[in-house]
Amino acid sequence: MKALLFERKVAKFAAAAIAGRVVAGRGAKHGPLTLKDVDPPSLPAAGWQRLRPRLAGICGSDLATIDGRSSRYFEPIVSFPFTLGHEVVGDLDDGTRAVLVPVLHCATRGIDPPCVACRDGQINRCERIAFGHLEPGLQSGFCETTGGGWSLAMVAHESQLLRVPADMSDEQAVMVEPTACAVHAARTVPRDAGPLVIVGAGALGLLTLAALRAEGDERTIVMTAKHPDQRRWAKELGADRVVEPRELARAVRSETSSLVFGDHLTGGAPTVVDCVGSEDSLADSLRVVAPGGTVLVVGMPGHAPRPHVAVASRDGAAGVLRLHARRLRRRARSRAGRRPRAARQRPLPARPVHRGHRARGERRHPRCGARGVRPPQREATGRSLMAPAKADVTNEATTIERDEADQTSKADVTNEATTTEREAHR
Amino acid sequence: MTRSRAPRPGFVLDVDRNTPPILFHHGEGFRFERLPAGRTRVVYPADPLPGLADPAGAIRHALVNPLDCEPLPALLRPGMKLTIAFDDISLPLPPMRRPDVRQRIIEAVLDLAAEAGVDDVHIIAALALHRRMTEAELRHAVGDRVYDAFAPHGLLYNHDAEDPDGMVLLGTTRHGEEVQMNRRAAESDLLVYVNINLVAMDGGHKSTATGLSGYTALRHHHNVKTMQESRSFMDQHRSELHASNWRQGKVIRDAGIKIFQIETTLNNNTFGLDGPMAMLQKREWDWTPRDRAAFLAMQGGLKVMSSGARRRIFEQWKAPYELTSVQAGEVEAVHAVTTENVYRQQLVPVQGQTDILTMGLPYICPYNVNSIMNPILVACLGLGYFFNLYRGKPLVREGGVVIMTHPTPWEFHPVHHPSYIDFFEQVLADTTDPAEIEQRYEKRFAEDEWYRHLYRTSYAYHGVHPFYMWYWCAHALQHVGQVIVVGGDTRAVRRLGFRPASTMADALEMASDVVGRQPTITHLHNPPLLMADVS
Repeated sequence: MKALLFERKVAKFAAAAIAGRVVAGRGAKHGPLTLKDVDPPSLPAAGWQRLRPRLAGICGSDLATIDGRSSRYFEPIVSFPFTLGHEVVGDLDDGTRAVLVPVLHCATRGIDPPCVACRDGQINRCERIAFGHLEPGLQSGFCETTGGGWSLAMVAHESQLLRVPADMSDEQAVMVEPTACAVHAARTVPRDAGPLVIVGAGALGLLTLAALRAEGDERTIVMTAKHPDQRRWAKELGADRVVEPRELARAVRSETSSLVFGDHLTGGAPTVVDCVGSEDSLADSLRVVAPGGTVLVVGMPGHAPRPHVAVASRDGAAGVLRLHARRLRRRARSRAGRRPRAARQRPLPARPVHRGHRARGERRHPRCGARGVRPPQREATGRSLMAPAKADVTNEATTIERDEADQTSKADVTNEATTTEREAHR
Repeated sequence: MTRSRAPRPGFVLDVDRNTPPILFHHGEGFRFERLPAGRTRVVYPADPLPGLADPAGAIRHALVNPLDCEPLPALLRPGMKLTIAFDDISLPLPPMRRPDVRQRIIEAVLDLAAEAGVDDVHIIAALALHRRMTEAELRHAVGDRVYDAFAPHGLLYNHDAEDPDGMVLLGTTRHGEEVQMNRRAAESDLLVYVNINLVAMDGGHKSTATGLSGYTALRHHHNVKTMQESRSFMDQHRSELHASNWRQGKVIRDAGIKIFQIETTLNNNTFGLDGPMAMLQKREWDWTPRDRAAFLAMQGGLKVMSSGARRRIFEQWKAPYELTSVQAGEVEAVHAVTTENVYRQQLVPVQGQTDILTMGLPYICPYNVNSIMNPILVACLGLGYFFNLYRGKPLVREGGVVIMTHPTPWEFHPVHHPSYIDFFEQVLADTTDPAEIEQRYEKRFAEDEWYRHLYRTSYAYHGVHPFYMWYWCAHALQHVGQVIVVGGDTRAVRRLGFRPASTMADALEMASDVVGRQPTITHLHNPPLLMADVS
């Protein structure tokens, strides 16, 4: 049978990564994804069934994989070669139409007794995803044993199959898996008071937005979207404010009335839902999340910085990773400072103080250090309150220079103190 | 200045087939447009009135011979607190050549104060919620001698409307309007206010009730209702903006604050009678071959420059304005004379309204001196200022069309206009209805700590300022049926709620959907400044 097979070919993966960076999507042509004739996967054990896909979705994680952008963090939990495709609606041998729940948990792997998570019904948090009688694989579509939806046939454990109602079209059914992911995320986000930020208006971002609104979440939602259609859909689905990614920090600052230091907010949104999972989106998320807030990474990260993923608490194959911002934000801040993209981002509003002007005395207010100072006293006869003509102002100029130096050193001390206090606060 | 003839009054030209193309200002550039013959008229400003031959003498005379008030020397005594407040960077436009009239007056007042033995003097830039003036701008306004004597000692500074210790609440009007004022000014024995009355909106009680005030008081007249009930805010007798300021002025007076108001008027010599921009001061048929050559050279040069370079060149221009009158004394008595002097220069009689009003918007408005004219300011200049430059009735009939020319770039000065960016990208993206904007968004922007911080310590306009710019358009938006911008950035123009057009011909075609196929057209040939007296 025909299948789109993804093989472990390092050179081709590198070629895909390069091509994918030149033109998005070009990696598929040069990478290790090939259309091949393969044997249909055999049924691993009792309780497994053959599923012949009608439609299979193309997930963002699939695109990242074939375009060489996927994180190597996932290598230990996939098995090569694998057939992509985990958003699937298909027919079983008995003609039943079913959708796939792709997570390969203990029951599918023949592991008994199951892990603690599976025992508690939290199969999305299964601790045995690389063990049992199946090859390693986070989920169908990344596991050699099961095959995937981008083929004419795959296998699925009966616990992975949900019967599709007759009144649901294939097009609707194939969206069940990403929608379930979004609903899971919507039910996971903390119910705090502040505005909520969704980074990314791809399918998952839009579905998460829809799920949040369907769950009755009435918070102000700020969403980033790159393309006009995405902006329109986001508005239609209930986003209060849709901005381009480079405008996110400005929008969150405005929504939260936060102050700004450097390129960073003193406050931010209590919850940020990152539906992109790239290095840039994570940096953006951490830039706008409030101290002590939560960044929820929905879906599977593409080329996310490994340390961020590694320290996150994982919420299973449904793809919810939770990052707690308190400590990570500082790390992201220093990373953002080095990243060329950060430098290209539109700057936040003006720096608070222009030392040069302040130091020259023009800003100084009578109650800010100069109270009681009077102009030089003049004689009663022919006196003037104004400075002499230009040629005579050498002493004045010297005074101003000294003032300037004093002011500058004071400003430095003040800034340092403020920074230290802020760090301590964190 | 030499003149070959007496200044001509402003007049209305009926366009015929022999009329040359009409000059339209277009930001940091210009357009020539041929307007339809037989149904178009062009309102030209008067020639500049002659300046006072002895400005220093006239100022001295005004100070010692005030209106309805004791002479200034009699009000000064040793040991008193004297505060001099002056109009900020938003006046005049463009900034005038040195010496600025404020410098002349402040120096004269300080001379009298010194003679009287007054030592406790503060000088305050009365900027309300405008951005702070930089050192260079302050030096330009008050002169180096005044700056060097006062600024280093903290005695010359910008008004800070968000300083909790620096503002004082004086009371409320009978309409419930709070009156707030700079504490130093309020607690002084004498407040001398130095005004430049560039247009009829300026001056009077507005100088102190607005210039030295803050958001708490300004919100009572800087709002949609006030603007929509002013016909227009350039005509103080039919302006709710002024009525409110006058009520607040009375509270200030009743609080015992002694104000010595000094008001000045300038002629409209914006571009000079000679020099590189002199042709802009003339009517098109008066252009000499030399003017044409100079204009073509300028236009050619501007075309190859970046927008930033063009902006920097225009920012260098200082207008050779001349003082046409100075009067001092009691606020209302002074302002009555001042207003007459403004009208003497700017008022042009116009018979009847028009279907389409066209206007060429220049590179500068009160809020982008040394800055960028962002789309909100473009709207404010056209629909706020130029539209309201009328007495009697608006130049354009109700339901008519306004056509403006300006590049309207989607560009903002990040230091001066931070809240404008959010206003444009968030508020106007949501709605352009001034009343809805006021109700839903104003408070949040006005009380935003970050905007307050930038206003107080950087050079940013207050967070609420873009709202006021939009409210300034409220009367026009209510009155006209359509607004078209020729040559503007399409996205920015649409964000403003206006219609973009590539050419004037396209704009007139688009306007015909609203006003029919043979509409009457009136072009406001402004600047130099004029005010239409529509009967």
